[in-house]
Amino acid sequence: MYKIVKKKVLAPKITRFTVEAPEVARARKPGQFVVIRAEETGERVPLTIVDSDSEKGTIDVIVQEAGFSTHDICCFQEGDAFLDVLGPLGKPTHIENFGTVVCIGGGVGIAVLYPIAKGLKEAGNTVITINGARNKELVILEEELEKVSDELIITTDDGSYGIKGFGSTVLQGLIDEGRKIDFVVAIGPTIMMKVVAEVTRPYKIPTIASLNAIMIDGTGMCGVCRVTVGDEVKFACVDGPEFDAHLVNFDEQIAKHHYYDHEQACQMEKIIAAAEQERS
Amino acid sequence: MAAEKRSRPPRQKKERIPRQEMPVRPPEERIRDFNEVACGFTEELALTEAKRCLQCPTHPCVGGCPVSIDIPGFIHLVTEGDFIGAAHKIKETNLLPAVCGRVCPQEEQCEQVCVVAKIDKPVGIGRLERFVADYEREQGAVELPEIAPPSGKKVAVVGSGPSGITVAYELLQAGHQVTIFEALHTLGGVLVYGIPEFRLPKSIVAAEIETIKKMGAEIKLDMLIGKTRTIDQLMEEDGFDAVFIGTGAGLPMFLNIPGENLNGISSANEFLTRVNLMKAYREEYVTPVKVGKRVAVIGAGNVAMDAARSAKRVGGEDTEVSIIYRRARDQMPARAEEIHHAEEEGIIFNLLTNPVRFIGDDKNNVQQVECIKMELGEPDESGRRRPIPIEGSEHIIPADTVIVALGTRPRRFIAETTPDLKTSKWGTFLADEETGKTTKKGVFAGGDIVTGSATVIKAMGAGRAAAKAINEYLAGS
Ligand SMILES: Cc1cc2nc3c(=O)[nH]c(=O)nc-3n(C[C@H](O)[C@H](O)[C@H](O)COP(=O)(O)OP(=O)(O)OC[C@H]3O[C@@H](n4cnc5c(N)ncnc54)[C@H](O)[C@@H]3O)c2cc1C
Ligand SMILES: Cc1cc2nc3c(=O)[nH]c(=O)nc-3n(C[C@H](O)[C@H](O)[C@H](O)COP(=O)(O)OP(=O)(O)OC[C@H]3O[C@@H](n4cnc5c(N)ncnc54)[C@H](O)[C@@H]3O)c2cc1C
Ligand code: SF4
Ligand code: SF4
Ligand code: FES
Repeated sequence: MYKIVKKKVLAPKITRFTVEAPEVARARKPGQFVVIRAEETGERVPLTIVDSDSEKGTIDVIVQEAGFSTHDICCFQEGDAFLDVLGPLGKPTHIENFGTVVCIGGGVGIAVLYPIAKGLKEAGNTVITINGARNKELVILEEELEKVSDELIITTDDGSYGIKGFGSTVLQGLIDEGRKIDFVVAIGPTIMMKVVAEVTRPYKIPTIASLNAIMIDGTGMCGVCRVTVGDEVKFACVDGPEFDAHLVNFDEQIAKHHYYDHEQACQMEKIIAAAEQERS
Repeated sequence: MAAEKRSRPPRQKKERIPRQEMPVRPPEERIRDFNEVACGFTEELALTEAKRCLQCPTHPCVGGCPVSIDIPGFIHLVTEGDFIGAAHKIKETNLLPAVCGRVCPQEEQCEQVCVVAKIDKPVGIGRLERFVADYEREQGAVELPEIAPPSGKKVAVVGSGPSGITVAYELLQAGHQVTIFEALHTLGGVLVYGIPEFRLPKSIVAAEIETIKKMGAEIKLDMLIGKTRTIDQLMEEDGFDAVFIGTGAGLPMFLNIPGENLNGISSANEFLTRVNLMKAYREEYVTPVKVGKRVAVIGAGNVAMDAARSAKRVGGEDTEVSIIYRRARDQMPARAEEIHHAEEEGIIFNLLTNPVRFIGDDKNNVQQVECIKMELGEPDESGRRRPIPIEGSEHIIPADTVIVALGTRPRRFIAETTPDLKTSKWGTFLADEETGKTTKKGVFAGGDIVTGSATVIKAMGAGRAAAKAINEYLAGS
């Protein structure tokens, strides 16, 4: 059992957990993730390790309620425990001093981006971070990102905070201004990563994306996380989760995310029905 | 004087007892659920079958069993009605009789060399083994083996499949402290995530594994060695005197043909993991599993049969499930019994047929498999006649679910993080067959990680051999 020592709601449907997992805390590096199975009947859910404390033996994850299982996880309280936490999984981010890097994140992808931005900053890069959210309420990790970025730009789709519009447009703006950008990290909804890849492609700026492929075991055993990169098929859990964004077949990933829509909707209906029953 | 020709009294001809069949649930009933297909012997059937054993002094059957069970010994106890004694006899060398009695390819092992097989069908050794193990468990008569006084040595067992469990069992008996590291959330390896419930109930696996927990093994789940901890860390920082690696061959192979990444195409590992480990067939478990109206399973080994039969159960009666295999019927690697059960359950066999590409719809969901007909040519390295495509024979097989069951290879987490462990080009560890010794001092390996995908009992045999070598190694260190 993996005890939850701290829980904090960061924004509507976005929750940060600090969980006791000493072995994971000791071994993890930026860019790696865990698979959490909250309870016996639960799914195995991949979540990025946002931060860790090897002395206290804890790791932090930030969970966005996307469907049934993430909702279920977010119902856990301080003092409760998750049944299984496996990790650290995946390849750590390749961090070196590239020069000037743009870290561009959307939605809960910001949580995944934060440890990478931190690592890049520590390696001596000039870090420009673009933090995109749908609206002001959903902007997370602003303070933390401020600390590890030389420049932090916030965008919201509705303009309720920061610049109105998409992060990719801001990135295009930076390029148009003639800013020298040596490396781009894009993490967020698949469609956003696809757009960023198209923005940087003509300028040949090396760009990586962290894929949120559907996973089960996270250990290279099931192959559900297959992703086409160039003309090769890779397993996101073992060979990734980060890949060269100019080579990833994003459309295939988007299609995969819809494959279980019906089943997921059925699970959600159950939650809603249960909640209604409680109310009445 | 003419020799008196005495007519000999007619020889008392002993009625030969036919091999006793094990009751099996009818196909139309069993495809509606995941309960076990074969029901096991009754006491009466077991007593009758046991009488067929000749108790031969040479007992070749023992040599045919990779863990050398005292077969005539346990069968003799069955004839005396001492079923529990028989179970204990088996457990002297095999911790998992209820498992092996169910999934061992007996027809190629102990039963193949049984003397009775020369004149009749062999003694049903596997069925008897299953019967006594079930009897012992149901009677609550499972006994723990004697454990030697603590040796003060610590051994790490990586992987909890049949090989790892066997090593743990043997080393605990020898008085060593044993810690099992398992990447998944349940012990048992392929026994829990691969082989389906209707062939091997998971409660039976759990019960047999319970023994090593009771014997004092420390269990560490959610530990992916090579990621969470490395072999070197276990030995240098955590104080383990020896390590056994039994991590199996878990990496699924694909065909590498166009369209293979379409939705609805999965490996057998994925499909079976959803169904078995994540129990997707049970309402209260949330992991989804999806089976359409036409399922194509590629391959014809045990894994393919398991996938096909599971798909039939998940999909329901009107789901059509077919096997696509590029060779001929008698070349199918699956056990005869599994093929037979699959046929009974209505699985269709498209033989001498090879997929060339998958075709999807606008949502990227698979709809069709384009196949080509094959014919058999000259024998290849494996001695089987090589299938050759027949030009112009391309045709379409409709399929909205495809399960690829082409075999597996070892994963590389440990090899990548332990440079002094040498592997073959397929990723299997180089280890001595007799002892499991690897190229790294104090590190032993066995089971599928050394041989590539094989069998439960071979993995256990390798585990026993390695445990013996580890005992010797620890005594000398
Ligand atoms: C390496 C990796 C790291 C991740 N890190 C984080 C993280 O730090 N925080 C976080 O909130 N989420 C993260 N995710 C995504 C998270 O795992 C999914 O949101 C979650 O599995 C969805 O499960 P669910 O049952 O709640 O939703 P579902 O009901 O399964 O799905 C809801 C929606 O999400 C899509 N979906 C399903 N599985 C995934 C998936 N694995 N990734 C993305 N979308 C999915 C579905 O298509 C559906 O549209 C990560 C994913 C990966 C692969
Ligand atoms: C669907 C299917 C059906 C089969 N049917 C039969 C049958 O009927 N009869 C038969 O005899 N054989 C059958 N087999 C084959 C048989 O199951 C295997 O040969 C046998 O289980 C191998 O045992 P093992 O101990 O080597 O490894 P496995 O059983 O593969 O166990 C390895 C364990 O190690 C764990 N592991 C892997 N890597 C790590 C790591 N880095 N750190 C920690 N843990 C790790 C895995 O999670 C797993 O639990 C079948 C196999 C499959 C897949
Ligand atoms: S373990 Fe397998 S090979 Fe050995 S006696 Fe039992 S069925 Fe036969
Ligand atoms: S070979 Fe057959 S008949 Fe002889 S002892 Fe073994 S099981 Fe009995
Ligand atoms: S999640 Fe199963 S192989 Fe990647």
